Amino acid sequence: MKYFKRLFTTSLLVLVIGMATHAQITEKASYGKFAITNATIHTVTNGVIKNGIVLIDGETIVHVGKNAKITTDYKRIDASGKHVYPGFMDAGTQLGLQEIGAVAVTNDQAELGDYNPHVRAFTAVNPSSVSIPVTRVNGVTHAISMPVSGQLSGKATLIDLYGYSPDSMAVQPNAAMHLNWPTAQKAGQWDDRSDKEIQKEYKENLKKLNDFWSRAEFYNKMMSAYEQNPDQKEKPDANKKMQAMREVVTGQIPVIVSVDAKKDILNAIEWIEKHPDARFILAGVQDGWRVADEIAEAGLPCLVSTLYTPNRDYDNYQRPYQNPGKLHEAGVKVAIATGGVENVRNAPYHAGFAANYGLGKEEALKAITINAAEIFGVDDKLGSIEKGKKANLFIADGDPFQPMNHITQVFISGYKIPMVSRHTQLYEEYLDRGAKKNN
Amino acid sequence: MKKIIVLLFTLCLSFNGLAQETGSVLIKNGTVITITNGNKVDTDVLIEDGTITEIGKDLSAPNGVETVDAEGKYVMPGIIDAHSHIAAVDVNEWTNPVTAEVSMEESINPNDINIYWALAGGVTSIHLMHGSANVIGGQNETLKLRYGANMNEMRFKGAPRTIKFALGENPTRVHGQGFGVKPRTRMGVEQVIRDHFDAAQDYKRNRQQYLDAKEAYENGNRDEPPVPVAKNERLEVLVDILEGDVWIHTHSYRADEIAMLMRVFDDYGIENFTFQHANEAFKVAPELKENNAYTSVFADWWAYKFEVYYSTAYNASILNANGVRNSINSDSGELIRHLNHEAAKAVHYGNTSKQDALKMITINPAMQLGIDDKVGSIEEGKHGDVAIWSGHPLSIYSKTEATYVDGKKYFDRSEDKNDMRLQPDAETDFDEGRNRWYNENGRQDKTCLQGAEIRFSKKGMKLNQSNSN
Repeated sequence: MKYFKRLFTTSLLVLVIGMATHAQITEKASYGKFAITNATIHTVTNGVIKNGIVLIDGETIVHVGKNAKITTDYKRIDASGKHVYPGFMDAGTQLGLQEIGAVAVTNDQAELGDYNPHVRAFTAVNPSSVSIPVTRVNGVTHAISMPVSGQLSGKATLIDLYGYSPDSMAVQPNAAMHLNWPTAQKAGQWDDRSDKEIQKEYKENLKKLNDFWSRAEFYNKMMSAYEQNPDQKEKPDANKKMQAMREVVTGQIPVIVSVDAKKDILNAIEWIEKHPDARFILAGVQDGWRVADEIAEAGLPCLVSTLYTPNRDYDNYQRPYQNPGKLHEAGVKVAIATGGVENVRNAPYHAGFAANYGLGKEEALKAITINAAEIFGVDDKLGSIEKGKKANLFIADGDPFQPMNHITQVFISGYKIPMVSRHTQLYEEYLDRGAKKNN
Repeated sequence: MKKIIVLLFTLCLSFNGLAQETGSVLIKNGTVITITNGNKVDTDVLIEDGTITEIGKDLSAPNGVETVDAEGKYVMPGIIDAHSHIAAVDVNEWTNPVTAEVSMEESINPNDINIYWALAGGVTSIHLMHGSANVIGGQNETLKLRYGANMNEMRFKGAPRTIKFALGENPTRVHGQGFGVKPRTRMGVEQVIRDHFDAAQDYKRNRQQYLDAKEAYENGNRDEPPVPVAKNERLEVLVDILEGDVWIHTHSYRADEIAMLMRVFDDYGIENFTFQHANEAFKVAPELKENNAYTSVFADWWAYKFEVYYSTAYNASILNANGVRNSINSDSGELIRHLNHEAAKAVHYGNTSKQDALKMITINPAMQLGIDDKVGSIEEGKHGDVAIWSGHPLSIYSKTEATYVDGKKYFDRSEDKNDMRLQPDAETDFDEGRNRWYNENGRQDKTCLQGAEIRFSKKGMKLNQSNSN
């Protein structure tokens, strides 16, 4: 009897401890073989499969379809009545680079200096950022995180949102260079510079950019010549900044050009067309709808958000919501980018607004999945549910663009992610607090 | 005779100028979300001269009343934002930790385009708040979004007076760190409030004694004139607070400071109060309930400053489950444009029902502002403040079709023009739009610390325009 009592107490204790650790963020992601069955699969690239099966083996999707032989080593996840989507990608954030905006020491997204092509977001991504689990449980599985300050801010990194080091998270350590386009606009009502001063400053800034770019092209030429024939040529002096520009000026990695106002966008397009060896992506683009045809003609993809207020008093209230739709209509490839940190988790709702205001659900889904992957050249790995691609996907109880719906399970690179974040933990702890009251 | 006609004419004109514009409309066959009495399908709502006079089936429009077909659509009470700074001319009188005497009363711009943008999101009333730079800030105004009316007509008639308090980082940074005056800590914040409540009590007694003595002297019942106790506008307002005539809305984040203020209110017998933002309210939900406190929170904003780092987007749901009357607010020129979608997040994060989520942007904020007998639900006798939605208002795929304030249409999607400004201003027509996307997340514009983000350097004091909350 005593023995049974002890056994009972022990098993109860184990159970309680088990329950307690279940709520911990330290809960491990599981890895291996998973079979998601009876799901409505939104493949993005191959339509919608009803009552379908997705098989995950390690980090890879090994089967997508209606029928499959599921061996016993697969852990089954019944997704009856649920939907499976490829993991969403936010194509422009500072996720992992900033913890608390108002606390300067937790901000790593803005290095000093105007020209920092050699600084890398990859270096500063904090895998332990509390914002990361908060984001991924909403179905956002990867993001572009980028430095933001000065003119050439540094290199953006494409990360997935599960991992214990930047290396384990990086899909592309150097995914793009970030260029803040030198604006020729007033910064706002408080900006008391005259038009003449503004134009003068713009020209100066543009000249600096051109000089820097020409030096980079020249450095690349010299270095390439030396590399091709090291014996015959003198080695140019080391120059970190110029070295960092080599993959940029040769188009190996694209340049994300942040630009919002109409005239700035046109100026940027003009400048971009003078640099055919490099690859460019526009970002922000809040006035994109005004010059959608010009952007389309230049063949530039755009990273845009929808939940911002119009820039001018006289702009129609729905233009920010319509911006992705109007760009798409003109023939521009559009991806969703919130520009956020702690609320990158709202990326699906940016897409929802775009869907509702002209882009349509199907295109909006592309804008937050495959388009982003294509723009950054990772569509062989990400952006759709296809055999051979990385198992970045999630299960939802309905349309994930609806804030009322829920994401029930997320997979990142095959890892079955614990659906836990600080926010869910606090919910579990405080919903029914049960502690003594204070007054 | 001529004079009399002119006089009568002038009188008529001035009456017109004073009267708030109302309208009449019959909205037919919509799904009416009454908030207080369930959803009614295929139901008509009749608004006459600004008041909802009938809700029912097959109503017919009285003579001259326009009929609007809402078949397949939803009719909902206008959204009420319990925390807004749109339409404000000035937000922060940040020169002293206590500025109870100032008021948003004369700081209203009825032509602010943000009003129109909010109407386009189905919002009909806002609580125009003073900013959060001061422990005891200024008095707020409850407004109806009568876009383009004059300042007086924007006011919500009969709304109780309210005042803004602010705890935590904002007042300690602006005053303690910025000016080197108390408070620099949360301890100091408590004492600033207690000091001023004590001073108000003393002032009330002394001032009354003086007035009594003065009267006695004037009536010949006293030989010597009393030493005057001068009228003090700041203390007058504080007395009104202590007497329950002014309701308190407190910018607050951390659980400890929320508990602190409830202790202070308890000590001074203050009963009607709402905690604004209140990111950590979920930690003291039972205490809030016990003290009959109201809360008005963000759906999911957090981590932009340290005091909101330990937040959860489940805040609204936890408060709701604990029986605390909660609203979802914007404190933002952007979020106010889609508060319906912010409310929908309360369904996503936690077990809040759709019905309760809708209450958080209608009747609950109405109660917090003391206007729930007039707005916040669709009931006979209430104001004709309603919006017609293309689908269920919590769906991201729904759009506002039309918004009415007192039965008068202020927004109509089908008539919406590109430029809805009422006062084109050549000086603001410059080609703006350089807001960098990474700064643009809806928390910068029209928020609590507008004009008061002060940085001190060797070069002196500098107002920082880009960082707020």
